[in-house]
Amino acid sequence: MNSVFNIHGGIHPEEEKHLSNPGTVLDAGLPPSLVLPLSQHIGKPSSLLVEPGDQVLGGQLLADADGMVSVPLHAPTSGTVVAIEPRPVPHPSALNNLCLELACDGEDRWVASAGCEAWRAETPESLIGRIRTAGIAGMGGAGFPTAVKLMARDRLPLHTLIINGTECEPYITADDTLMQVDAVGIVEGAQILAYILGVEQILLAVEDNKPAALEAMQAAVKATDGSCEVMTFPTKYPSGGEKQLIEILTGQQVPAGGLPADLGIVCQNPGTAVAARDAICLGKPLTDRIVTLTGRALTRPGNYRTRLGTPIEYLLAIAGFDPSDNRRLIHGGPMMGFALESAAVPIVKTTNCILVPTEQELPTPPAAQACIRCGLCAEACPASLLPQQLYWYARAKDQEQLERHHLADCIECGACSWVCPSHIPLVQYYRAAKGMMRESKSEKIRSDRSRDRFEARQERLEQETLAREAQRAARRAAAEQKAAEGGADDPVAAAIARAKAKKDNASDKGADS
Amino acid sequence: MSFLRITSPHGHSPLSTTQVMQAVLLATLPGIAVLTWFFGPGTLLNIVFGGLLALAFEAMALRLRDRNPKPYLQDYSVLVTSTLLCIALPPYAPWWLIATGILSAVILGKHVFGGLGYNPFNPAMVGYVVLLISFPLQMSTWQAPRGLGEIPGVTESLTALFVPASYDGVTMATPLDILRQNKGLLLDDLFSNTPQFGQWAGVGWEWVNIAFLAGGAWLIYRGIFTWHAPIAMLLTLGLCAAIGFDSGSSESGGSPLFHWLSGATMFGAFFIVTDPVSGATSNRGRFVFGALVGVLLYLIRVAGNYPDALAFAVLILNFAAPFIDQYTRPVTYGHKPTKEEDQ
Ligand code: SF4
Ligand code: SF4
Repeated sequence: MNSVFNIHGGIHPEEEKHLSNPGTVLDAGLPPSLVLPLSQHIGKPSSLLVEPGDQVLGGQLLADADGMVSVPLHAPTSGTVVAIEPRPVPHPSALNNLCLELACDGEDRWVASAGCEAWRAETPESLIGRIRTAGIAGMGGAGFPTAVKLMARDRLPLHTLIINGTECEPYITADDTLMQVDAVGIVEGAQILAYILGVEQILLAVEDNKPAALEAMQAAVKATDGSCEVMTFPTKYPSGGEKQLIEILTGQQVPAGGLPADLGIVCQNPGTAVAARDAICLGKPLTDRIVTLTGRALTRPGNYRTRLGTPIEYLLAIAGFDPSDNRRLIHGGPMMGFALESAAVPIVKTTNCILVPTEQELPTPPAAQACIRCGLCAEACPASLLPQQLYWYARAKDQEQLERHHLADCIECGACSWVCPSHIPLVQYYRAAKGMMRESKSEKIRSDRSRDRFEARQERLEQETLAREAQRAARRAAAEQKAAEGGADDPVAAAIARAKAKKDNASDKGADS
Repeated sequence: MSFLRITSPHGHSPLSTTQVMQAVLLATLPGIAVLTWFFGPGTLLNIVFGGLLALAFEAMALRLRDRNPKPYLQDYSVLVTSTLLCIALPPYAPWWLIATGILSAVILGKHVFGGLGYNPFNPAMVGYVVLLISFPLQMSTWQAPRGLGEIPGVTESLTALFVPASYDGVTMATPLDILRQNKGLLLDDLFSNTPQFGQWAGVGWEWVNIAFLAGGAWLIYRGIFTWHAPIAMLLTLGLCAAIGFDSGSSESGGSPLFHWLSGATMFGAFFIVTDPVSGATSNRGRFVFGALVGVLLYLIRVAGNYPDALAFAVLILNFAAPFIDQYTRPVTYGHKPTKEEDQ
């Protein structure tokens, strides 16, 4: 086994993974209706193919990808489209977005699907096509269209695929569970993805706090040709950050502003690998996923196989929600997840966890105290930033210093806020500062554009003036020449003119040679 | 049903600023106990009296700055400042000396700059230096340690505090003073001829330093601060002492062990140089900060004319801290210069 590298910073919060009993998949069942946002991924929303009143079957295409960076959307069960309208969606900004509501008929009838077990016989392009048609977007959290990520193969030489089973966020055990119940599927999916990418090496990364998952993965890898390797390393948050994981496994850092592909590496989530395998081998589009329902305000926490579009309200009832000592509903984990205002939002492709803690478990933070410059934040920062300085500059809105201190390299992991003894919500300041800088950048682009327009006009005017002057000069020269020709009877003047012309010619040549 | 909207992260480490301050206070206890054993209850009395004054001044300053004093008083930071200052002050100092010191530390050292977190100088050291410059005589009067002189009782200590100029206990030059003024004796002879010298350094002082070292080690173990600044300071102090040791001749500046266990060395290394607010911020910066304090401490001790050099060394380096920060910034992830850029 290769040795692993250490990364700067990191923290060790309570893991709380046992709460959701990793390794067992429960069935969330079929809710009366599903709400499917048209934008569950990074990129353009899918474009609708159905209308209210349409009957659809499970697996039927409801909306198609709109352009390159977009994914299609399929029906997770059979039923009737009853509404297409803006609804609240799980997003940090608590926005409403266009959603499609599907009233389930309870029969769960599906369209016939055809897979292709012999995927090695197909070209990578056609496999990418199948992944795209299955509507797969990164299931680890960001939701970047998987097919687009796989197309890095056309631009850069790649050598390694990393399956990121780190799952370093406390509480979440969706990937842990998947690794335990379908290690073979993950490995096969990884092999398919590696084949598409044309890479020789597959690294399956598992943190050492998941012994059962580790064992299952190792067993699954034994049965393969030797291109796969399971790597394990000490538990620390945020080892599962893409950049951090790459440094742990390879000792290399992704250059600032660059992508893992610049190092020849592509990272994928275990869930994504299985979804790709299902799409290719079974012809099954992405319509469900494993969601960790956890927190001490639930009496039946666990990992639930959940259809996309299932309302969180419905899931809370299934998992036995006890609201008596709860104030927060978190989409994702405790470190990077965002709080939802209402449970009337659906599960989407990127939902790996719904955390419903009691007040005692994750208390509402107290008021912030003064920064005592203790430096704990800098010690915790996995990006080796100086969070404390960023905080002062963010408060002072000093964009120049924020840039000099590399605010853009902050991955918003929250480690600094977690350790800050003064309870300063540091990450909140960074998000605001990033927003401010984006805004002023786009403002700058706007003003640059108008300046460019202005300069272009100036230039045009100048050129017109020059052109007019050139015309005038030409006319004058012509007149002079006429005069010279007219005065041919003056031999002296003619001789001078000839000599001058000769000299001009000669000096022109001299300049040319 | 509506839930609370708070941004991530939703969890928090169990350590709060109040707890940091409490831990620092707790860690001073062994040192205070040993000080009290060797020099009597004077220091303890200073700390209690100074602490009460400090709370009063802090509340007053916050009122004047239009803040509600309650949440700020609860962070314990002013008690840390006053306790550290009072540990550094001579026991059996008159009340006005302590009051002036605390007032300078809290107002001049802290609130003038905008309160906790904004002060560029270590407040306790500001108070100390103000006193040292204004009242050099009172500041260099140290009680003789147990075994060499009579230790005052509680009543005598109270009188010394509240009845000005009443204290006439046994005072003695400290080992650091003696060494500085030594002309002609070999170090070994000095140790055997002068009662103030003990096993490794001064009688009493050795144990005071060991006690503060123990408290500091516990703070590092608890993760309250990192080892960088204190260890760097002890390293350079030891290095300078080793160079100036001069094989124990009459010109000798004292051995590394002597310097480590003399005066305010360990107290300074673990309780003053580690002050986060006025120090450097990154670990590398703290190492540089501590190292420079160690060098300055030695130089002022050997060449200067003060009972101890800690306060000056720290304040001078407080000036330099922002520059140290500039030059010791860690390299952000992904910004390591690559080979091509090096060429
Ligand atoms: S952890 Fe908090 S108090 Fe400490 S330096 Fe960072 S921001 Fe300041
Ligand atoms: S949120 Fe940003 S600044 Fe804070 S620890 Fe994470 S990367 Fe560093």
